[in-house]
Amino acid sequence: MLGGVTLDLFALQIVTGIALGSVYALLAIGLSLIFGMLNVVNFAHGAFFMVGAYVGFFLFGLTGNFWISLVITPLAVGCIGLVVERVLVRPLYGRGIDYPLLLTFGLSFVFVETIRILFGLTGFRLPPPPELRGAVNIGIGYFPLYRLFLIAFTAAIVIGLWYFIERTKYGIIIRSGARDPEIVRVLGIDISRVWLLVFGLGTGIAGLSGVLAAPLQGLTPEMGIPVLAEAFVVTVVGGMGSLMGAVIAGLLVGIVVAMTSLFAPDMAKVSIFVLMALVLLVRPRGLLGREGALG
Amino acid sequence: MTKKETTRRRILKGAAAAGAVAAFSPGLFSIVRAQGAPIKIGFPVPLTGPFGAEANDQVRAAQIAIKDFNDAGGFNGQKAELLVRDDKLNPGEAATRTLELIEKDKVNFIVGSLSAAVQLSINNVAKERGVIFNSISQSDAINEVKDWSKFTFHEALNPHMTAGAVARYAFPKFGKRVVFLTADYAYGHEMVRGFQTASKAFGIETLADLRHPIGASDYSAFLPRIQALAPDVLCLCNFGRDQVISITQATEFGLKNKTKLVAPVLLYTARQAGGDVFEGVVGGTSYYWRLEDTVASAKAFNDKFRAANGGAVPSDYGALGYAGVRSVLEAVKAAKSVETEKVIAAMRALKYDWYKGAQYYRGCDHQSVQSTIIVESKHKDQKDKNDVFSIVSIEQPDEKNLRTCAELGHKS
Repeated sequence: MLGGVTLDLFALQIVTGIALGSVYALLAIGLSLIFGMLNVVNFAHGAFFMVGAYVGFFLFGLTGNFWISLVITPLAVGCIGLVVERVLVRPLYGRGIDYPLLLTFGLSFVFVETIRILFGLTGFRLPPPPELRGAVNIGIGYFPLYRLFLIAFTAAIVIGLWYFIERTKYGIIIRSGARDPEIVRVLGIDISRVWLLVFGLGTGIAGLSGVLAAPLQGLTPEMGIPVLAEAFVVTVVGGMGSLMGAVIAGLLVGIVVAMTSLFAPDMAKVSIFVLMALVLLVRPRGLLGREGALG
Repeated sequence: MTKKETTRRRILKGAAAAGAVAAFSPGLFSIVRAQGAPIKIGFPVPLTGPFGAEANDQVRAAQIAIKDFNDAGGFNGQKAELLVRDDKLNPGEAATRTLELIEKDKVNFIVGSLSAAVQLSINNVAKERGVIFNSISQSDAINEVKDWSKFTFHEALNPHMTAGAVARYAFPKFGKRVVFLTADYAYGHEMVRGFQTASKAFGIETLADLRHPIGASDYSAFLPRIQALAPDVLCLCNFGRDQVISITQATEFGLKNKTKLVAPVLLYTARQAGGDVFEGVVGGTSYYWRLEDTVASAKAFNDKFRAANGGAVPSDYGALGYAGVRSVLEAVKAAKSVETEKVIAAMRALKYDWYKGAQYYRGCDHQSVQSTIIVESKHKDQKDKNDVFSIVSIEQPDEKNLRTCAELGHKS
């Protein structure tokens, strides 16, 4: 095959892309959720991701157990999200898209500085749980166990979220709140509480992505910066505000990056922007973007 | 003639005389002006950003050189002062800060920086203004004739030296089939070039040179291919966080079972951030604190650093901060002057041992000729959290490990 690329390597590269895409998808879901429901472009999403990694690391230091970190971190980061929505974001609703954008942009600096003060500038490493260390033969070659877990875990989270939003009473309230908050309010539902919870949910998922990514890339106060750009590209490709779009685009971007790395390694970073440009040329609102999502 | 007028005339006369003297010997005038005033050293480093940990260590160590100098009485009653500025790892920002340091703060010397592009930008400003710049960051370009000037000194190693030393150590030991994973910018390319030049004698086979974007968060997409190529040596020509993440993920993919991981530049701070995944990784460095077991000046420097920083040991780039400032200040003492030309002459004549053994600046390009230390990252048998490397080899200072003056474009 092409340039010494065997079929096994090709297949392995696809699996790598899916694992990579899982992290992208998870990040983009949180971003998309907050945008879709609240019309807030959350520039602090990368910072919430970073805070998640550090909270997970801190909890791991206390308990020595990765799984406890994995459960408690999203709750803790979600709580920070609740406070941020209630105190900072809420007064800005109805003022257009740029106010919360600037606010969250500034907030991300505050988070990074706070972590620098608390944990120092040198990074750390959060080891994966002992049962997920090493690589296993998946028939086409050896692949890290932790990344296989990541694919399965992300799939479970996505299915859970889909069920919550599409099939439960709360989900109906959230969806209708996004479409017509006035009517929801008339029906006697406290819509601001719904927004509060959605923001908490979105940031909680960002925190979860952070603790999941920590064993792969280690921790530094600046780890949220490259990730934020990637998450935005995925969100735009999938269509701002669409959860399913975020999942599909996340996997697509992961696979495109993996394939570009195989055939033209130095184009790997550019490839995701090329993909974005191509998708936007054909579908200006992204793959599954709804009309008028950007006001 | 009133008394007031007399005074005014006197002042004018005096000023004219001073002006005349100054016109004939600009250096003399600056001495008159500077008498009693502190010797100011501008220190632009990237305090914020991805190299913040290293930069803050550079400042801590540089302050020790300043304190040493002042405690010993300074020069002619003049004390030294460090003016730290954040260059934010940005060449434009660094140029502005450097210009301010020279024009507004009237610094006597510039020492600092951490990044090839940023140090070239600082060097450019300093050489235009005729101010000595002692660079404490790695670069090959700064030694080359198009960027270099007589005001330029290079205290740090350069990629050609570190990569060369690692190549000479690694190939006879680990095998000849090599894959490079390279950060796609000047410094990454310089490391590959240094590695390959030094390897010619060993006849290595480059299976692939994979260029990754700088600052990426995931390298997994490169790893199945490297796995399939099954090289003897994977050479990581990247730096800092990029290196931590790529080594973490290479370990995760089980690459270490068959392949030796080597890095032309392996930093103490990166090893601290990466932890146990670095186990077995071999790399080059300008300094490791355990040098104190055999080198007296390292022990003396470490002790001072520990005393000032609550028992912490200096990192490699930190130590460069110390050496960079100390070289300039010792040259002032040797020259018995802060005048630029005289300090340049004194620096060129220095034979010094501040912290790692014998060093001197080569005549043609002011590159500090010094030892390169090869370390292997360890995980077991650590005495404490600072005990992260074993020193496996030391390449002694030797001009033949540098590119020749002719190669760099200097006339002999």
